[in-house]
Amino acid sequence: MKSKITEKQARLIIFIIVLPVALMLAYKLSSLAGKKSVSASQFVDLQQGAISHPGYRRAHAKGICISGVFESNGALSELSEASVLRTGQFPFVGRFSIAGNDPSAPDLNAPVRSLALSIQQSDDLSSQWRSAMNTPPVMAVGTPDEFYEQLLALAPDPETNQRDPNKIKAFFASHPQSKDFLEWKQTYTPANSFAGEIYNSINAFYLVNQSGTKQAVRWQAVPSKLQGDIPVMQASDPDALQQQLTTMLQNQAIQFDLLFTLASEEDDVSDPTVLWPSTRQVINAGKISIDGSQAQKGGACEHLNFDPLILPQGLEATADPILRARSAAYAESYRRRAKEVLIGEYK
Amino acid sequence: MNSRKPIKYYPARSRLLHWSMAVLIISMLLIGLSMVESLAVWQPLALSLHKSFGALLLLMVIIRLVNKYLTERPKLPKKLSKLKVMAAKLTHFALYAAMLLMPLSGWLMQSADGRTVSVFGLFNLPHLVDANIKTYAFFREFHALMAWLLIITIVTHVLAALYHGLVRQDRVLASMLYSKKPK
Repeated sequence: MKSKITEKQARLIIFIIVLPVALMLAYKLSSLAGKKSVSASQFVDLQQGAISHPGYRRAHAKGICISGVFESNGALSELSEASVLRTGQFPFVGRFSIAGNDPSAPDLNAPVRSLALSIQQSDDLSSQWRSAMNTPPVMAVGTPDEFYEQLLALAPDPETNQRDPNKIKAFFASHPQSKDFLEWKQTYTPANSFAGEIYNSINAFYLVNQSGTKQAVRWQAVPSKLQGDIPVMQASDPDALQQQLTTMLQNQAIQFDLLFTLASEEDDVSDPTVLWPSTRQVINAGKISIDGSQAQKGGACEHLNFDPLILPQGLEATADPILRARSAAYAESYRRRAKEVLIGEYK
Repeated sequence: MNSRKPIKYYPARSRLLHWSMAVLIISMLLIGLSMVESLAVWQPLALSLHKSFGALLLLMVIIRLVNKYLTERPKLPKKLSKLKVMAAKLTHFALYAAMLLMPLSGWLMQSADGRTVSVFGLFNLPHLVDANIKTYAFFREFHALMAWLLIITIVTHVLAALYHGLVRQDRVLASMLYSKKPK
C-alpha cells in the first residue's frame, strides 16, 4: 500500500508530537517529586508584608549608619588567618537597626535590635568580614522552614493588627527546641540605648588557621563601660534610639568588646537553638570603637548588604541551616531594593 | 589525505569544546535558577561553584572563539532553505553573545556588589567596577534576563539539531557528533 506521506514527513510529525509530550511529562514528574521547601522569594515576601517600602531592606528596614575602628588585639591570630583578626586597627562601616520591615517604625517598640559590621583591612576588599548580630543569643528554631512557620505564627492578623497569642503559644509548644530562646526571652529587658545591648552572632562559624585547623566559635559584641551619661530618651519619639545614639557620639566613642566563645566537641555547632554552657572558653579579640553615625539615607551603610557569609580567608560558615539560608534571603531582599533604587522608586 | 576536500565533521578539539561547554552551561543554568531561590544548606557552595565555573567558562569561550577563527567548519547542506540558514546563523550568533555576556555580567554584578570572587579557591577575580547599588541592580537583572534568553536559544538550537538528525537525517548533527561517517 502506497503511504500518503513521505517517510521524512512522518518523522517530522512524530518529532512534533513526541517531543512536547515528553517535555510535559518531565515537567509534571519534577513538580510531583517531593515536598517543596520555603524559597527565598516566599521568605522575603512574608517579611516584606502587604505594604512595600521600595528601596528599603525587607527586614531590619529602619537603622542608622555607624563608622569606627576595630582595634584587634591579635588574640585569635593563631586560630584564624583572617587579616582583620591580627593585631591592628581595621576600619568598619556598620549599622544599628531594629527588626521589622517599616523604615519609620517607632524605635522603642521593636522586639529585636541589631548591630551589623563590615570590617576590612584598608583597601583590601578580599579581607572584608561582614557580620550581622542580634540581641537574642539563640534562635527558637533551627531550619528555614521552621523559621518561616515561626514568622507566620508571630504575624499579626492583617485586619486587627493584633498577634494571636494562642497561635504563638501553640507554635512554641510544638517546637521544644525553642526552650533556650524562651528562657532568654523571659529574662531579657531591652537596654536603655543601642550602646547598652549585647549583640550575638547566633550562628556558629569556623575560625580557620594557616594549617587548615578549624575551631567553631560564636561571637558577641559586649558593651564597654561608657565614659559619659546616657541621655534620657523621649518615649514618644519614634527615633528615640537613633537620636540618643547621635547625641552620645558627639561626646564620646561607644565601644564594645568582641568576645569569641569557643565550642567544645560536645556542642552541635550546626544548631543555632542551643545556648552553649557558660563554662566554654571565651577570648576577647579586641574593641569595636564607634566614633560616628550618619542617617541611613545617604549614609555609608545605606546600600550595603550585611550578608554574614561575606567572610575573608580564615573564617568559614558551619553547616548551620539558618546561617546557610541567610545569604540567599538577604540576596533576594537586596535584589529587590537595588532594582527599586535603579528604577527611581526609592524615596 | 586530500586537504582540498571540504571537511564534513568538526575536528576533535571543536567537538570537545562544544560538548564540554554544553554540559557546563546547561548545569550552570539549572544550578543558577535553583540556587537563587534555595534556602538549602548546599546553596552557598552551589553559589561559589557557580561563580568559579562562570570564570572558567569565560576563559573557554575565548579559547573557543580563537579556535573558531582558525578552524574550517563543515558547510551546511546545499538544499537548506535560506530561512533555515539565516536561523542557524542567528542562533549561533546569539549563543556566542550569551556565552560572553553571561559570565561578564555575572562578574560585573559581583564587582558592583563589592564582593570578591574566588575562582576555585586559587585566585581572586579583579574588581571591574566600584561598588554601586544601581550598577549592581542593572547587571543583576541583565544576568537573569540573559539567562532566560540563553535558555530559549539553547532550546531552539537543540530542537534544530534534533530536526536535522532525526527528521532530515542530513549530516548536520553528525558533524558535531562524529569524526567520520559511522558504520
